[in-house]
Amino acid sequence: MPCIEARGLRKTFGTTIALDGINLRVEEGRIVGLIGPNGAGKTTALNAILGLTSYQGELRVLGRDPWKEREHLMRDVCFIADVAVLPRWMRVSQALDYVAGVHPRFDRARAEGFLAKTTIARNRKIRELSKGMVTQLHLALVMAIDAKLLVLDEPTLGLDILFRKQFYDSLLTDYYDRKRTILLTTHQVEEVEHVLTDLVFLDRGRIVLECSMEEVESRYVEVMVRPEQMAAARSLGPMHERQSLGRGVFLFDRVERQRLSDLGDVRTPNIADLFVALVEASQVSSQARGAAR
Amino acid sequence: MNTQSNTGEPVEAQKVPPAVMSATRPFYWSLRRELWENRFVYFGPLAVAAVFLFGFLISIPHLPGKLRALGTLNPMQQHDAITSPYDFAEGLLMVTGMFVGAFYCLDALYGERRDRSILFWKSLPISDTTAVLAKACIPLVILPPLLVVISFVLQLLMLLASSAVLAASGLSASAPWAQAPPIQNALLLLYHLVTVHALMHAPFYAWLLLVSAWSRRMPLLWAALPPLAIVGLERHAFHTMHFVKMIGNQLSGSGLEAITAPDTLPTNPMTHLTPGTLLGSPDPWIGLAVTAVFLFGAIQLRRYRGPF
Repeated sequence: MPCIEARGLRKTFGTTIALDGINLRVEEGRIVGLIGPNGAGKTTALNAILGLTSYQGELRVLGRDPWKEREHLMRDVCFIADVAVLPRWMRVSQALDYVAGVHPRFDRARAEGFLAKTTIARNRKIRELSKGMVTQLHLALVMAIDAKLLVLDEPTLGLDILFRKQFYDSLLTDYYDRKRTILLTTHQVEEVEHVLTDLVFLDRGRIVLECSMEEVESRYVEVMVRPEQMAAARSLGPMHERQSLGRGVFLFDRVERQRLSDLGDVRTPNIADLFVALVEASQVSSQARGAAR
Repeated sequence: MNTQSNTGEPVEAQKVPPAVMSATRPFYWSLRRELWENRFVYFGPLAVAAVFLFGFLISIPHLPGKLRALGTLNPMQQHDAITSPYDFAEGLLMVTGMFVGAFYCLDALYGERRDRSILFWKSLPISDTTAVLAKACIPLVILPPLLVVISFVLQLLMLLASSAVLAASGLSASAPWAQAPPIQNALLLLYHLVTVHALMHAPFYAWLLLVSAWSRRMPLLWAALPPLAIVGLERHAFHTMHFVKMIGNQLSGSGLEAITAPDTLPTNPMTHLTPGTLLGSPDPWIGLAVTAVFLFGAIQLRRYRGPF
């Protein structure tokens, strides 16, 4: 059973199409990055998966309909929606007591263990904590819950680089065990690159790319083309072309590495560059479709 | 998507066997969290009681003189003179309780959306029904006994202080204890709070919760506007005031015969409680039905509306 399965998932707000009939399949044990520009539909997709918003189309999360079976689902799903949502009046000790009180899968000792590594005092109120501390606390609470799916929406927004790094290190070493599934969105693509097993690019409500990181490595090649080879490179049908430091940087999809290495230096593109290339390509093709109509 | 991982060797997380949870446990913790967040629910009445007690203690040196002057009055007037501070204390606590309950309900479902903490509450396996019913329990179930306990302790302290002052001036303290018996007063107050402030006021609290779940801003305004509009419309169209009368009756609990108040002494008000008459009349049942509809609406709004 896949952890998340969506078919023709669609959501509109008035005339705005937030999700334009997406198909998505996330297997158990994956760490999936949902990446897209502002307004791409990331949060809408997460809200649908968490049963917080209605939708058209078919959606199953852990085999359940999230809109109709939300209460059941929340026993196996955890989410951090935004750093600011922990109630500001609550004390750290109350947050621990409360989650221990209501969540059957919460391991308090484990949460205390995570907190012991921080400087967060138990008797402090959440409003007295720094933004980084609030995130650490929320993560300590969530990581002590034995959930099957963890959803993180921009979990490191507004945090400094040190906290961001700690956050992902902690997520990988202390939480991820290959059985749990993690779905996260972020703007800081380069920081999650080494964390993810799978990528989903979302642009204007559509999925532009859905593949594993291995696939990215085997499929996409970026070539720093030597000036005299430009024409040859173009003849191989690059999906994207840009200039950098006086050289042409070409991105190829499913073209043999051997042939490309004759054109210049070959490397795997980073996610941000791949994303830009794919989004631009999809926008060009949708404009072409629009013009053809 | 394929199934290999690129994340190195993760530490195997220890699995926790799910704790066995009784059905009431989420409810209990939901109540506790309401009281953590809204400490004014108990600090409000406590503060009012403290201020009143302070005022009573300031006026207490006049008590012996007042008691000596009572001889010229008839028994009913004597009774009223002795019991008036005790009745006033109870009335003050009742009004405080109504304000506390109303402001609590108005903010209960609005505040969590305003500060977005609703996303935290909704990330936990607590149903919207449990959450909303726990909130409704604050004014309907928690407040009445809380007010009774505060009132009982307050009246006890008033009586003890009176006894001390009367004893110092060589008078017997039996009159206040006989006229304002604290246990009986507490029981009467409990009966009044349960029948009028909980049972009859339930639709008002439920209405405030519904508005709190619905409004995007200024819940107080939205809570007041529809009833005012109905009053205005009724007056304009039919030149009648039935709606106002209905609300007034529901709020005051009058015409309900929950207590048939005695006019003459000697009397024991405990023998005048008429819960049968109250429960036999349709008013509380209609009120409860309206309460159920409003609460159902609040639950649906919290459940099916977008996060904000």
